[in-house]
Formats: sequence, C-alpha cells, structure tokens
Amino acid sequence: MNFDLTDDQVALRDGIRSLLMGRFSMERVREGFDRSMFDELTEAGVFSLRADGFSWADSVVVYEELGRACVPGPLVGSAGADAVVDVIEGRSGDAVWVEHLASLDRLLTLGNDGIREIPAASLIGAEADWPLDPLTPAHRVESLPAGELVGTASEASRLLNELTLLTAAQQVGLASALVDMSVGYAITREQFGRPIGSFQAVKHMCAEMAVKAEVARAAVQAAACIMDDPDTGDMMRSLHGAKIVAGEAAIMTGRTATQVYGGMGFTWEVDVHLYLKRAWVLETRFGSADTHADAVAEMLPQPEPSQR
Amino acid sequence: MDLRYSDVDEAFRARLREWLSSELPKLPVQPARDDWSARRGWDTDWQRRLFDAGYAGINWPKEFGGQGATPSQHLVFLEETTRARAPYVGVNFVGLLHAGPTIIAEGTEAQKTDHLSNILRGDEVWCQGFSEPQAGSDLAAVRTKAVLDGDHYIVTGQKIWCSYGQIGDYGELLVRTDPDAPKHKGITWLMLPMDLPGIEIRPLKTVLGSSEFAELFLDEVRVPVSCRIGAENDGWRVTNVTLAFERGTAFVSEMVDALRLIDDLSPYVTDPAYRRELGHLAAELDGVWALTKRNVTQAARTGVMGPGSMMIKYAYSELRQRLGELSMKVLERDVLAIDAVGEFVEERLRTLALTIAAGTSQIQKNIIGERVLGLPKEPRP
Ligand SMILES: Cc1cc2nc3c(=O)[nH]c(=O)nc-3n(C[C@H](O)[C@H](O)[C@H](O)COP(=O)(O)OP(=O)(O)OC[C@H]3O[C@@H](n4cnc5c(N)ncnc54)[C@H](O)[C@@H]3O)c2cc1C
Repeated sequence: MNFDLTDDQVALRDGIRSLLMGRFSMERVREGFDRSMFDELTEAGVFSLRADGFSWADSVVVYEELGRACVPGPLVGSAGADAVVDVIEGRSGDAVWVEHLASLDRLLTLGNDGIREIPAASLIGAEADWPLDPLTPAHRVESLPAGELVGTASEASRLLNELTLLTAAQQVGLASALVDMSVGYAITREQFGRPIGSFQAVKHMCAEMAVKAEVARAAVQAAACIMDDPDTGDMMRSLHGAKIVAGEAAIMTGRTATQVYGGMGFTWEVDVHLYLKRAWVLETRFGSADTHADAVAEMLPQPEPSQR
Repeated sequence: MDLRYSDVDEAFRARLREWLSSELPKLPVQPARDDWSARRGWDTDWQRRLFDAGYAGINWPKEFGGQGATPSQHLVFLEETTRARAPYVGVNFVGLLHAGPTIIAEGTEAQKTDHLSNILRGDEVWCQGFSEPQAGSDLAAVRTKAVLDGDHYIVTGQKIWCSYGQIGDYGELLVRTDPDAPKHKGITWLMLPMDLPGIEIRPLKTVLGSSEFAELFLDEVRVPVSCRIGAENDGWRVTNVTLAFERGTAFVSEMVDALRLIDDLSPYVTDPAYRRELGHLAAELDGVWALTKRNVTQAARTGVMGPGSMMIKYAYSELRQRLGELSMKVLERDVLAIDAVGEFVEERLRTLALTIAAGTSQIQKNIIGERVLGLPKEPRP
C-alpha cells in the first residue's frame, strides 16, 4: 500500500499546474470556454490520459488541477474523445439543460438502453440569458432527440462511473483552491489591528474547510485507486462516497470562503463566487450528494421488509 | 498511488484472522461493566494472550519486545481485531499507547527494563494524570508542585480525569518543578507508583454512571528521582512526544468501530431521510479512513505523521457525534432505557466525550489553523 502521490504523480501534478497557471490565468478563464482552450488542453494530453497509458489515479490528479484553476468547459465529457463532447443522463423526449451547447460537437446521453450520440447541430434550445455560473452557458432543450445508440447499457454505466470520478476530482480542486484563497486572505487582511486569521472564528472556518478538502481528496484518490485495482476495495461504495464528500467539500468551502472574505466575497471581482457557482453546477452532474448517499445506504445492511 | 497491501501484509492478515477465530471463542465472560478490578483482570488477560501469540506491542520496535510491524501491518492489525470484535485495549490503553512509547523514546535503560515488558505482558497497568482542574485545554498550566528533596520529589497537587486511576500501577504525572520559569519551561514528567503513601484516589462518575476515571489528590507524595522521564523541566517536550503517539494511530480502532456501528444501526433505520443521513455518514467515515491510510503511508515513508494526522481526530469525533444523534432519532422511544436496543444509546453517551478528551475540537481547530495552515497565532495576554 502506497497511498500517496508517487514521484511521477507529483511531476504530473506540478506540470499541469504550471501549464494552467501560465496559460489559463483567471482573466482568460473569466472569458469562458472556447475552441482554443480545447485545443490547448488536447495538446497538453488532458483528454487522452487513458489512451496515453495513465491510470485513474493519475487522471484524478490532473482533473483536480483543472478544478483548482476553475477551467470551464465540458472537460469531463471530452475525456477520451477527439471532439468537444458533453455527457448527460437523459432519455429521448426529456426536457434537459445542456451546458456549453454552442461549443459542442456532440452530446452523449446515458440511459437504460446504453449510450446514445446526438450531433450538437440537432439540439434545439434557448440559451439562458442569466446562467448561474457565468462560465457555464446553459441551453434549455425541451425535447431530447433519440440520437443513435453507440454503446451498450454496461458501457453506459461504466462511463457514468468514470465521469463521476473525474467530476469529483474537479470538485476537490475547487475546494482546495478555495481553502488556499481563504487562508491567504486571512493572513493578509487586517481588522482591529491584526490579521483576521488570528481570530478564532476565522481560523476555525479555515480549519473546517481544510479538513473537508483533505478528506475529500483522500476519498476521491481512494476511489480512483480502487477503479485501477478493483479487488482493493468496494468500487461502487467508494465512488458514491467520493462524489458525496467532494461535492459537499466544494460547496461548503465556497460558502465558507465567501464568509471569510466578508463583503469582498460578495463581489463579482473576487473569484470566490465563480468557484462556488461551479461547485453548484458540478453538484447537479452525475448525481447529487443526496442521491449518492441513498445509494450508499442501499449497500448497508437493510431493515427487515416488514419494517419498511 | 495504490491501496494494495503487500503479500507480506496479506499473509500477516491471514495468520491474524486465523488466530482471532480460534482465540476469541475461548475468552471468559466479560465482567460487569463497572467492576473495574474484574475488568482489569479481563483486559490484561487479553493482553497476555496477545503477548503469548506474538501480537503484543504490534508497532513497538522489536528491540523493546514489540513486533516491529510496519505502519500498514499496524493498520491491518487494527482493522482485523476491530472487525472480529476482539476486545478493545481497555485498561492497557495508557501503557501501550502512551507511557510505553514515551519510555521507549525518552526513558533510561533501567526504566525500559523495568516497565516495557511488563506492559506488553499485561502485568502493569498505567493511568494518565496530565489534566488538572485548572489545566485542561491549557495543559501547560499544570500546578501540581514537585520539590526536590535529596533523591525524591515531594509532590503535592490534584489531578482529574485520570483514566483507570483506581486500578493503575503507575501514573503518567506532569508536575511543576520550576514555578518561576515560563509555563512551558518548568514542567517535569514523572512516573508515579500508585501505591505510594499520600495518594488519595476518588472515582469520578461520568455521564454513563461509570467510574473508570478518577481524581487524584497528592499530599506530599515522595516520588523517587529515578522515576523521572527526561530531564527536569523538560517535561513539556516529553509530553509532546507522548501526545504525538496519540495523534498517530490511537484512534484508528474507534474509526473502524464506527463503520461497524453504522452496519449495526442500519437494519433499524427505515425512514428514508435517516437512511440518507446514514449514507452520508458512511461516506464521510470512509473518507476519513482513506485519509488515515494516506497518513500511514506518509509516516512509513518519512517517519513522521503527515498533516492529516492533525485532522483525523477532529473529523472522526465530529462524525461520531452525528452518528450518535442519528441513533437517538432512529430509536425513538426505545432510547428511554439505555440498553433496550443494542449499544446505541450507550455509544451516544460515550461519544459525547470524543470531541472533548485528548484535545477538544476547538483546540484541534486551533492546531490545524496554526500548524497546518500557517495562520497567525492569537495574541497572548
Ligand atoms: C472521557 C474523558 C477522558 C479523559 N481522559 C484523560 C486522561 O486519561 N488523562 C488526562 O490527563 N486527561 C484526560 N481527560 C481530560 C481532557 O484532556 C480535558 O477534559 C480536555 O483537554 C479539556 O479540558 P477541560 O475539561 O479542562 O475543558 P476546558 O479546557 O476548560 O474547556 C472548556 C471549553 O472551552 C474551550 N476552550 C478552552 N480553551 C480554548 C481555546 N484556547 N480556544 C478555543 N476554545 C477553548 C474548550 O474547547 C471547551 O469547549 C479526559 C477527558 C474526558 C472527558
């Protein structure tokens, strides 16, 4: 058992982090997702990790960094694709929200019968003029076309698991960035003649955030290790757990960071709201914490049928 | 990064499992819950069995009679013993997890010979006398006074929350040897033989109605200088050595136990909202468990616990509080008798202390904020 980043994983993390810091500044991120971002990430190998021989444990390290940098776009759906792709759960005829529709080449839907592919051009919907996350444009598609069946039901559930994992990794990245931002602010911002981080009320908020983020990172990396080597744990339980704690960590750290920043936290200028809004968006994807918690509860010993 | 235990670890697990399944059925009936001298007998009998089978002091170095297990084998040991519902360390807690490791790190050769193998065999029980009525979170404020008189210290003062005080052979004692020095610089760590004249032990009754804790009243107790661990006035540093062990793996079995309790409670949970909360708790405990594995890996690699070690105690103790609260909701009117349904109500009461003992959650958050995140300390008056 070596449940810590290997030297190669540290190098991978540092490499992607410096790439993102260099080329994906917050100014650029604030302009939203576009084709050039997709091309640069493709070139960096972000969407071909698995094909290039990287493990799931490696992949979550990279996706955590994408979250930390708040990089927008259908990043999880495009994993393994050679085009801009998003994946949602839904069936023919459903009314759904589609993210980044204008940038998509195609949409995949995961349903009971398998994976279906829908060319983006055949999706008709109105764009929300006031999206929650300004970097995640949303279209309301009133009736999802049937699309073409391109994968079996078991392929659909495998894909769902993989995308759930990568989404949770992004959520950890959001949480981790929010902790760093808050701690940085708590050290520099002064009131009453001392750094606000010396006040226990603020210090304790930071400590609570850090614990949430650290537990979430461990949970997501554990789920990734189990996906790589399935007899080292219960994959479904660890995956549900990862999405639960990562989603809650991202939202909790976003909310708490807003509090640590005080009034500045409520401004458009400070980045905190962008992270929190992304956290809320990701929470809606591939199952919320509550639906995953229900799934974990299903795996625990059950009450006698007569009691239910 | 992987979670695969090595073949050596798995072989260790298999051997341990086999031993547990043959040994546990042979255990005598557990004594009454508040009969502490019988419980001492029962807990030390278990320790003796571990010793005879070569499992005592699992993570102690071999040269001091321990098994020299790697951190991952230590985890396997805790996982397996907890899952098999083997006895808890019980009265051996302070000796095995606190005093023994402190003596290994800081004791003289004579102290090592006199105590270590006795602790491993279950022949010597320790109690912990750190806290005082006026020195809890602010442990360095201890006032119990020790004055050197030839080859003895004359010790006078009061201790509280002394775990296993009534049945201990020795106590870990923090005393003030230099009242004029700054508070961290005037403390000394002594081993207190509990049968010395001048020690009065009064049981402290907890919310459970049980009395494994005691108050100690020390009135001019003559403690030989040979009982000192480390140098005079260097006791605060020694204390931090002791407490670092506690932060390491002392709480792992509590965590495995919590996962087991979730499984035990689950069949009683029918309300969908409560089942959902149970699912959340299981997921969060799994996460803390993963963080523990992270920490153990870092300890094996670098020899020191990672930053996660300061987070684990806080995280799991708060989760136990939530689990306790959920149990109370689930059982509804059955909570009116503590032992009506399983151990859930007893556990609810017991876990009230988890966010207090061994450093309150507030103190843990100060430590995380200052030592892990680097936030500025509070101005001291
Ligand atoms: C079940 C149990 C077993 C124990 N076992 C032992 C034992 O074996 N040996 C031993 O020596 N001791 C033992 N203790 C004592 C334990 O270590 C102390 O109770 C604990 O450290 C808190 O100290 P206190 O009780 O004096 O509370 P206080 O320190 O008075 O705390 C009261 C409240 O004030 C808060 N507080 C205090 N200081 C600060 C601060 N700086 N910042 C923010 N909040 C603060 C605390 O968090 C708490 O909420 C045990 C306690 C319990 C309950």
